[in-house]
Amino acid sequence: MPETSTHPYTTVIGLEVHVQLATRSKLFCGCSTQFGAEPNTQTCPVCIGMPGTLPVLNRSAFALALKTAIALNCHIPEFTKWDRKQYYYPDLPKGYQISQYDLPMSVDGFLEISDPLEPYAPLRIGIIRAHLEEDAGKSIHDEVAGRADSEIDLNRTGTPLLEIVSEPDLRSPAASRIFLQELKLLLTYLGVSDCNMQEGSLRVDANVNLHLEANGQRVATPIVEIKNMNSFRAVQRALEYEASRQYRVWQETGQQLGQASKQTRGWDEAAGLTRPQRSKEESSDYRYLPDPDLVPITTSPAQVEQIRQSLGELPSALRARLVREGNLSDYDANVLINQGQELVDYYQAVAAKCNDPKTAANWVTQEVLRELKEREMTIAQIPIPAECLADLIHAIQQGQLPGTRAREVFTLMLNDQITAAEAIGKLGIEQVDESDLVALCQELIDANPKIVADVQGGKQQAIGALIGQAKKKNPNVDPGRVRSICLELAMKS
Amino acid sequence: MSLVEYSAHELKQLLVSGEITSIELTQALLDQIGTYDDHLGAFLHIDAERALARAADIDHRRQAGKPLGPLAGLPVAVKDVLCDQDGPTTCASRMLQSFRPPYDATVVARLKAADAVLIGRTNMDEFAMGGSTENSAFQVTRNPWDPGRIPGGSSGGAATCVAARMAPLSIGTDTGGSIRQPAGLCGVVGMKPTYGRVSRYGLIAFASSLDQVGPLARTTRDAALLLETIAGHDPHDATSLEVPVPAYSHSLEQPLAGLRLGIVREHFAAGLDPSIEEAIRQAVEVYQSLGATIQEISLPHSKYAVATYYVIAPSEASSNLARYDGVHYGHRTDESQLQAELNARRQQLQAAGDERGLDQLDNGLVRMYRLSRAEGFGPEVKRRIMLGTYALSAGYYDAYYLKALKVRRLIRQDFDAAFGQVDLIASPVTPSVAYRLGEMVDDPLAMYLVDLYTVSANLAGLPSISLPCGFTREWLPIGLQLQAPPLEELRLLRGAHMYEQATDWHKRQPALVRQRHTGV
Ligand SMILES: [Zn+2]
Repeated sequence: MPETSTHPYTTVIGLEVHVQLATRSKLFCGCSTQFGAEPNTQTCPVCIGMPGTLPVLNRSAFALALKTAIALNCHIPEFTKWDRKQYYYPDLPKGYQISQYDLPMSVDGFLEISDPLEPYAPLRIGIIRAHLEEDAGKSIHDEVAGRADSEIDLNRTGTPLLEIVSEPDLRSPAASRIFLQELKLLLTYLGVSDCNMQEGSLRVDANVNLHLEANGQRVATPIVEIKNMNSFRAVQRALEYEASRQYRVWQETGQQLGQASKQTRGWDEAAGLTRPQRSKEESSDYRYLPDPDLVPITTSPAQVEQIRQSLGELPSALRARLVREGNLSDYDANVLINQGQELVDYYQAVAAKCNDPKTAANWVTQEVLRELKEREMTIAQIPIPAECLADLIHAIQQGQLPGTRAREVFTLMLNDQITAAEAIGKLGIEQVDESDLVALCQELIDANPKIVADVQGGKQQAIGALIGQAKKKNPNVDPGRVRSICLELAMKS
Repeated sequence: MSLVEYSAHELKQLLVSGEITSIELTQALLDQIGTYDDHLGAFLHIDAERALARAADIDHRRQAGKPLGPLAGLPVAVKDVLCDQDGPTTCASRMLQSFRPPYDATVVARLKAADAVLIGRTNMDEFAMGGSTENSAFQVTRNPWDPGRIPGGSSGGAATCVAARMAPLSIGTDTGGSIRQPAGLCGVVGMKPTYGRVSRYGLIAFASSLDQVGPLARTTRDAALLLETIAGHDPHDATSLEVPVPAYSHSLEQPLAGLRLGIVREHFAAGLDPSIEEAIRQAVEVYQSLGATIQEISLPHSKYAVATYYVIAPSEASSNLARYDGVHYGHRTDESQLQAELNARRQQLQAAGDERGLDQLDNGLVRMYRLSRAEGFGPEVKRRIMLGTYALSAGYYDAYYLKALKVRRLIRQDFDAAFGQVDLIASPVTPSVAYRLGEMVDDPLAMYLVDLYTVSANLAGLPSISLPCGFTREWLPIGLQLQAPPLEELRLLRGAHMYEQATDWHKRQPALVRQRHTGV
């Protein structure tokens, strides 16, 4: 039934994220997982599915997967097994992919994110499951000069992937992007993946439909799976596009969930739209089979607990602690955490030494980050050790350094790789004695009767001219102090 | 006596003492092969030059007093299903006709490390699917006891070459009886070890949860010698067991005191050839005379074993054989012809304005898969791929595959219970003796039922041995099967050896080769 009136709708999104685990070798053989090697140089009889070969589990891949699943608050069943997912495709040399079907290694977790509608309110996004599987190879379609040859690169074949499937708990494209950012942050903190989307270390597929109300009834549109999104921004854009497209289609056709089969659409970044895809996996029967070449794995609750203990502080807990202990704003805490553990460590060292977390956070999130960006440096490369920055802050607190000149000092410290004290000395910054300051102000008042008259006449802003003159006479003066002393003297004279 | 008639154990002594050289022995066997194998067809490939060079090298090292492996200078034939980087490995399939593995199977590597002389690759049913070796894409193998009959299978070449004295030792594989059944039909010893006892790495898989590599020989002692060389944990095979390997051939001679031998009630039913039943009963009497107590036991789920096997094995096979798609492995159809046909068909449909036909037309890739597999696989392999694909399909999985797994567990539990009462179980190997070539080709179901006595050991993962226990009136061999609990290979071999010492069936030679030698 075509619809013409408008209806408010909710976008319902579930994400499927494939994360390449940062192991040195592949999931079931000893080949390297290094990205970018010459095609088919990182292969062996096992990962190319040579007749007669057998897979042997790389325990370190399983350990990384376990660590991630535990950090995602998943339940770890004591028993997990491997299954063959069977389909024909040229980049799948065995004719099946070793994956996990009905007994995955982890289920029922969640990831806490900040609600974009109500910033920094925690929102729990359910994780249905996270399971390990091997990656397929890459097909390279070479159609140059009328050739229609396809070539296969099996370097990637057998690389360990963790597939993380969220519940359809996300309610907006923006929330989806935040979920992915939070997930990436977690994975980075755990050190389980480099999360490089360009190199395919992190791949996202999204399932999306709309829930809306029409004629007093709640209806849902058919679910669409979106593929081929190469950045978090692309995910958000694709979902935004897809939501409005589904709404338009629903208005035109009235088609509801169950009235059309699940469709797969690919995101076209350049055109900014999704297109129907004839997926190689569409509507196929994978004929899952427990892999008889591999033995099931058992993980005891004690092992899970041991891993949980060893995880350390995860980003969400760290964020909460920075806010609580340092009295930081959520915003500042997020800025710090999103930069990664190293910057947080740096901040914490500065804050501890200068005993002023708030000021430390301001310095790190503003001056330090700006300089890092301008100089294209990482925090590990910054020539100012945390204690030197703390000394700088300390000098300001002690009144040894006027706040107005602090940035000058900071820049010199960076450029010349010197301490705060050295930079202050080099710039000739000295603390101006209070009596000298009063004398200087008196001198200015005496020399500028017109300004004094203006001030007495109620034009307080006239005092600004005296501040400029004072800075010329002595660059170390504190403009605020000059202002208040001059005002006082002017009113008295 | 010709060198070819000695057992591997005797030959080893002759080699060690320097009475013979490996060159002499290898040449004698190559001559025997030259004489008989054109007719018998046991071997698919022989690399005489390589074998002789290898023998010469071992002789040379022996003369120089260098340390040598336990099989030094002994020729061993290998079923053409285990990868060997020194030559082709075809699985008797057109699909792998040109496959040359770049690596050695663990078993092959262990044989090489033991200084065995790998004399040739033996014929088999294509991808080890079958019980007659008639499913080989390349040649027929004949039973040396009656060349008009099948040697059994799938390790038909492996059994034939041992029976016809063309190799003292050979390696076979057993998924549902593929070592024991041809051993029984050819009158030699054949053993399927416990699942996981021998590495499967490099064994081109038929049904991974059932496949095991094992020895064929003319005596239990020789089988023990070969088994202890190939058995043991392999880090390349996750299903191989990390259990030390006893020196089987050393403790073989100790008889089993107070042996409790089980006879399965369900085994002696209609369909069992009376002469086989008679031979088995006599064998049991031999055990009795050796002090064993005989106990009748029941394996109530054994009647489901064949059905269970023919769900599980084809299911795994359908998956294992998916890789032969013409892209990476196996025969690929003629692509230019494919494209030409596809284009012609498309034009035809376009001209007819048949939109639906155009829509359903395969793309080039799908057509390439379809034709490559259609051309590369023989009928029995196709039959099993179809069976397995069906059993694993959505909607059928629970009713077939999952159900079969449950029955498989019950079959294992039957054995666990039985081995609480008895030490070994005795039974026929097959319900009938070797049939005539071509006799059953059109009746695959009847052929499947021949696996009645052997498949249970694979389903339950037990070690099992077949040894000669008599002949029919037409001088066709009859096999006795013994089964033991998991990892009790030594008990099995000692039990078999007791019987062998008390009888002389294993010393009989097929008339074909006997006449020739007595004539010399
Ligand atoms: Zn590899």
